[in-house]
Amino acid sequence: MNNGDASQARPIRLHVNGQSYEGTAEPRVNLADFLRGELGLTGTHVGCEHGVCGACTVLVDGCSARSCLMLAVQAEGSELRTVEGLADADGTLHPIQQAFHELHGLQCGYCTPGILMSVAEMLEHNSDPSEAEIRDVLSGHLCRCTGYQNIVSATLRAAVMLREGRIK
Amino acid sequence: MKAPTHSGILENASPATGIGESVLRVEDAALLTGTARFLDDIPVVAPLHACFVRSPHAHARILSIDLTAARAMPGVAAVYGSADLYGQLTEWRMPLGFALAALPANTTPFVLAAKEVAFAGEAVVMVVAQSRHQAEDAAAMVAIEYELLEAISDCREGLAEAAPLVRTELDSNVLQRYTLGYGDCDAAFASAHRVLSERFWTHRGAAHPMEGRGVLALPEPGTETLTVWSSTQMAHELHYTIALMLGQPEDQLRVITPDVGGGFGAKFMIYPEEIAIPAAARMLGRPVKWLEDRRENFLSSIQERDQYWSVEFAVDADGHVLAIRGDMVHDHGAYTPQGTNVPYNSASSMSGPYSIPAYQLDVSVVYTNKVPVATVRGAGYPQAAFVMERMMDRIALELGMDRAECRRRNFIPPEKIPYTKPLKSRAGVPLTIDSGDFPALQARALAEIDYDGFASRRAEAATRGLCRGVAVANSVKPTGRGPFESARVRVLPSGQITIYTGALAMGQGIKTTLAQICAAHFGVSAEAVQVQAGDTSFLNYGMGGFASRQAIMAGSAVEQAAAMLRTKIIDSAAVLLNVGRETLTLANGEVRGPDNAAISLARLAMLWKGVPGYALPQVGDPGLDVTVHFHCDAQAYSGASHACEVEVDSLTGEIRILRYVAVQDSGRIINPMLAHGQVHGGVVHGIGNALFEWMGYDAGGQPITTTFAEYLLPTAPEVPHIDVVFQPSPTPLNPLGVKGIGECATVPVAAAVIGAVEHALADIGVRVAEFPLTPVRLLELIDRASGAPTGAAPSIEEK
Repeated sequence: MNNGDASQARPIRLHVNGQSYEGTAEPRVNLADFLRGELGLTGTHVGCEHGVCGACTVLVDGCSARSCLMLAVQAEGSELRTVEGLADADGTLHPIQQAFHELHGLQCGYCTPGILMSVAEMLEHNSDPSEAEIRDVLSGHLCRCTGYQNIVSATLRAAVMLREGRIK
Repeated sequence: MKAPTHSGILENASPATGIGESVLRVEDAALLTGTARFLDDIPVVAPLHACFVRSPHAHARILSIDLTAARAMPGVAAVYGSADLYGQLTEWRMPLGFALAALPANTTPFVLAAKEVAFAGEAVVMVVAQSRHQAEDAAAMVAIEYELLEAISDCREGLAEAAPLVRTELDSNVLQRYTLGYGDCDAAFASAHRVLSERFWTHRGAAHPMEGRGVLALPEPGTETLTVWSSTQMAHELHYTIALMLGQPEDQLRVITPDVGGGFGAKFMIYPEEIAIPAAARMLGRPVKWLEDRRENFLSSIQERDQYWSVEFAVDADGHVLAIRGDMVHDHGAYTPQGTNVPYNSASSMSGPYSIPAYQLDVSVVYTNKVPVATVRGAGYPQAAFVMERMMDRIALELGMDRAECRRRNFIPPEKIPYTKPLKSRAGVPLTIDSGDFPALQARALAEIDYDGFASRRAEAATRGLCRGVAVANSVKPTGRGPFESARVRVLPSGQITIYTGALAMGQGIKTTLAQICAAHFGVSAEAVQVQAGDTSFLNYGMGGFASRQAIMAGSAVEQAAAMLRTKIIDSAAVLLNVGRETLTLANGEVRGPDNAAISLARLAMLWKGVPGYALPQVGDPGLDVTVHFHCDAQAYSGASHACEVEVDSLTGEIRILRYVAVQDSGRIINPMLAHGQVHGGVVHGIGNALFEWMGYDAGGQPITTTFAEYLLPTAPEVPHIDVVFQPSPTPLNPLGVKGIGECATVPVAAAVIGAVEHALADIGVRVAEFPLTPVRLLELIDRASGAPTGAAPSIEEK
């Protein structure tokens, strides 16, 4: 991102998915571009760059945030979680991922990483959400493929799997 | 990373291999873990980044372009106006997609506009720099002097004799004017019991895949090969077009389709940027990447559906439609990238699943100073279905009949199918409905939504102060457009079974579907089969992903190729094992016969690749490698009957969809889970068209909805649970008996939703002849119908 005139570039240190990273970014670089371009974490997608579609959602210190609306420099010192951190190190899928797979909660998959992160945040605070609560959380995301129905079903199943301690 | 495990806890999905099973998707693992490779994820070292300077005006003459300041900006590698591409392009304009249509030469878009711009968003200058930020900084320094010209925003105004021209090179704003019809309309109207007339407006929306367009071009000096990745629905057509436009030798060009974040028609096009970016990469000898941002997507990806219909229906006393006549004005946008199939689809599909004795529609295809129009999911069919279905409701209302009964009386009877309509396709082929049972589809939809029990639900809603309505809408759409699709099934010397296809994966799960079809022949699970879609280096010919065609065309090609390859495997194993072929089974990577005789696929593949000095296992070409081009020019007709139930708050205009039933005839279903998913998405696209998606332009052609805050896509709380029922009438047109799904679930939706709203407000007498229907607009219609004073301006369709 900064291979041109980087005179204003700032160093940024943060943690992503439990790993520490250091990079540099000009003050105007948003967090999504920093994650993707500087850190090479391309799982986070950019769909609208104006904070509506939710594809770029990541968790910043545990709270969901649009990484297209946040500057990379604002994430200095933060603990970030992205889609790359959901599955176990050995590749075993997180129950949310597993539920999305089993119930066809994704088609093209472009919006999926952001949705997974919002669902992860919700289920950490509410282990037994109603369909209406799930749809309310999903209202922060646009998906053109699925009509949301299987995303709702997958989220309900993920909640059950997590409650029952079903292992990933 | 580990492949997803199939934990066996599923109610509705299984890891089994057979056709008809809900096999879990082979695509999912990478998409769920963030390791997929969309266009912007391709790891090319140090690409340059491009951005485009686009016209801010709907119509203007370009007086001068000054690139001096932009070229002096930090990090800039090059800045190109049209003239700077001299010597790189064989033509200044894009070639016409669907080039067999007879259209004038001056109709396609320019690679970069040089003298005039005809819509806000048209690309004029391309800037290439070390980073996207620097490219955009430099783009801001491009100085273009424009002389504003009058613009046409409303296609009906473009028809006027004295209207300003959309482009000064044109003689007329009317690209095409034709009449489509058959039968004796005059006689039918003369003898009609009633003549009902109405005007309709169907609205332009956009496809809005969540991933915009994008192109990455990598020149390789050693081989003088140009590798181009594009987020496209038609890789082979792009290969052809780049070769044509850049004079690039076909065999020094490779087009690769990465993971595609949705298409919905917007990527079923070859765009100017897909030529400009490879041209820049070749000139600079460096990889160049361009990603469309969302604002550009609003300003430059194709859109569809603005049409103005004025129709008359001649009906008899029993509600039979005797004849339809009228006219339709189609907003074509500023250029013709790809023929005029959208209005033709609309005009030729008006009668849908009904038997209409006489028909005459005068069609005008009119340029406007707006984003060019081409196919968005549904491709002209939703507009015609909307008009037809709204008129069915009107006939029933006027004659005091039940709305479903009125439709039932007009259906093409199942015993008359195959039924050839007295119309021809754009290629001159008769339109023949090959299969279907429309009365049965509707009966199922009515039963599922409990149409007969509606009155009590309406009464209950009234106690809560809400108006409840129900409606049914029907459609039929030809699917599986030809002429062919390619599939190459190969057993590699490692034993790996791989499919290559010209079909395009963009979310439908086509890789899983094809793997599933293939796996059944080899006795393996679908996930054991690799699928490579949309890479021109493995197949010479392919068509791509559009017109709900891929399960039909690519599926049939895989079916045939896999069967042929299996025969070769079994035959040669029989020779090598010296047993009868009928004693052999192929499963799990080996051919097994009696007495533990067995040979692995890998060994067979090794023998078939050839060993110097030894004969191949049998007479024949080397390799376990079969390519099939499945041909089919006829189309398989997919029927749909949708029923929708809504509640409307007549004080606020709020519309809530309570139930939605989609009964689909998509022939034999290969993977029910994926098929359901296609219907869900198709219905919700239609709900967006019906209630939310408004692509606004002001009277001067300025787009006024260019963010997702202004242009509303449906979100989860607004959409209901959708009940999907497949009621198949298999087609005889392909070996699998399959018909299309993806678009067929979109076609009747706006009619069903708006029919239900109108039914809810029947007591007030509201008539709705347009979409989208926003709460504000609905309140205007309620006020007018109830005689309330209203200060509202006439809507666009009433001007």
